[in-house]
Amino acid sequence: MTVRHALLALLSAGPKYGLQLRQEFESRTGEIWPLNGGQVYLTLQRLERDGLIESDDADSEGAQKAFRLTSSGGRELDAWLRRPPDAIPPPRDELVIKVLVALQVPGVDVAELLQAHRRHLVELMQRYTQMKGQAPEDDVGLALVVDAQLFRLEGVVRWLDAADARLTRFPATAPPSVAPQPERAVEVHQ
Amino acid sequence: MTAAVELRGVSKVYGAGPTEVCALREVDLSVERGELVAVMGPSGSGKSTLLLIAGSLEAPTTGEVLVDGVHLSGMSGDDLARLRRRSVGYVFQDFNLLAGLTAVENVALPLELDGVGVRAAHRIGRQALTNLGLAERAGRYPDELSGGERQRLAIARAVVGDRRLLLADEPTGALDSVNGEAVMRLARSACRQGVAGVIVTHDAQMASWADRVVFLRDGRVVDQTAPPAGPEFLLTPGSDR
Repeated sequence: MTVRHALLALLSAGPKYGLQLRQEFESRTGEIWPLNGGQVYLTLQRLERDGLIESDDADSEGAQKAFRLTSSGGRELDAWLRRPPDAIPPPRDELVIKVLVALQVPGVDVAELLQAHRRHLVELMQRYTQMKGQAPEDDVGLALVVDAQLFRLEGVVRWLDAADARLTRFPATAPPSVAPQPERAVEVHQ
Repeated sequence: MTAAVELRGVSKVYGAGPTEVCALREVDLSVERGELVAVMGPSGSGKSTLLLIAGSLEAPTTGEVLVDGVHLSGMSGDDLARLRRRSVGYVFQDFNLLAGLTAVENVALPLELDGVGVRAAHRIGRQALTNLGLAERAGRYPDELSGGERQRLAIARAVVGDRRLLLADEPTGALDSVNGEAVMRLARSACRQGVAGVIVTHDAQMASWADRVVFLRDGRVVDQTAPPAGPEFLLTPGSDR
């Protein structure tokens, strides 16, 4: 999420002063909003320049100015909310690459390697779940952020389980270390 | 401190000769009161067998099982049955509730079987249902309850009275993630009040509610998680969100 869309979202609730926007922005940082609160006034200037927000007093400093969302700002916010996140091409997956490399390295116990990663991921999931367990159940914002991380990590654990099952069924053997290798027919998508 | 349940070098072999299957191999596992342990592993890794042996529903081929420091191998059949009735609560994926009994009757039944009077058993049962947020459902039959409510009822039955050991086999397997989470919160809360819990699951999210996750493979304990390091710094600036 950009600072730009965070500010449009804060203004969607009604007009606000620059200082108020900065305070609300900083009070939410860490959970939902992007991290750089220092860009608030600069971004407000740009949003005004682009006609996405407007203010009454052109002479005041950013902190004392009252800003409101324009209709095109509202449309931009709505379009951003509905725009699918960029999922193609997929992000480079370090774990997939490590496992593929491990299959080529003589002497690596791949099942043990998969288990080491599985344990690490489950330990991380325990920490996120602990965070959810300690928060009040009605802290929906925190639960949504933590759930997103838990589902992502669970997906990786399930991939490890599938990799484990696949390699049990079709054990991979490392190639001889001295033989020349043909070019790989399958490339890892970066 | 004496463990609520302890498995020492437990192996379990089913069948003999060419049909012999070794379900558990030299398993050591100790669970304290107040602790919730999740057991994960692929199908056929021995998870359910481990649970049956910990709950004295099966005897190990070799090795020892101790409940509150007492060796089960030295107990008579009657003593084992009493131990199971009084001290051990079981929860299964398909709830295993009695359809002809109301919620409170289901919860009170194990107490009545153990000689507690009907009125006292129902009073304790109602309190257990209240603790799990099911007070309004006390007079309903299982088929009048949602899946999530049925599993909460099964947990109420499993921890009613002075149960010291909660054993659950895929308790969230038939539930969506929100209801599954509610069941795990209850299991964890029961453990915080002094019960020792062992939950078998293939679901990493549900397992992550446990204090410790034990990984089984081919009947052996191959790994376990370290005590959780705490949630600090997971969502602080600069973290991967």
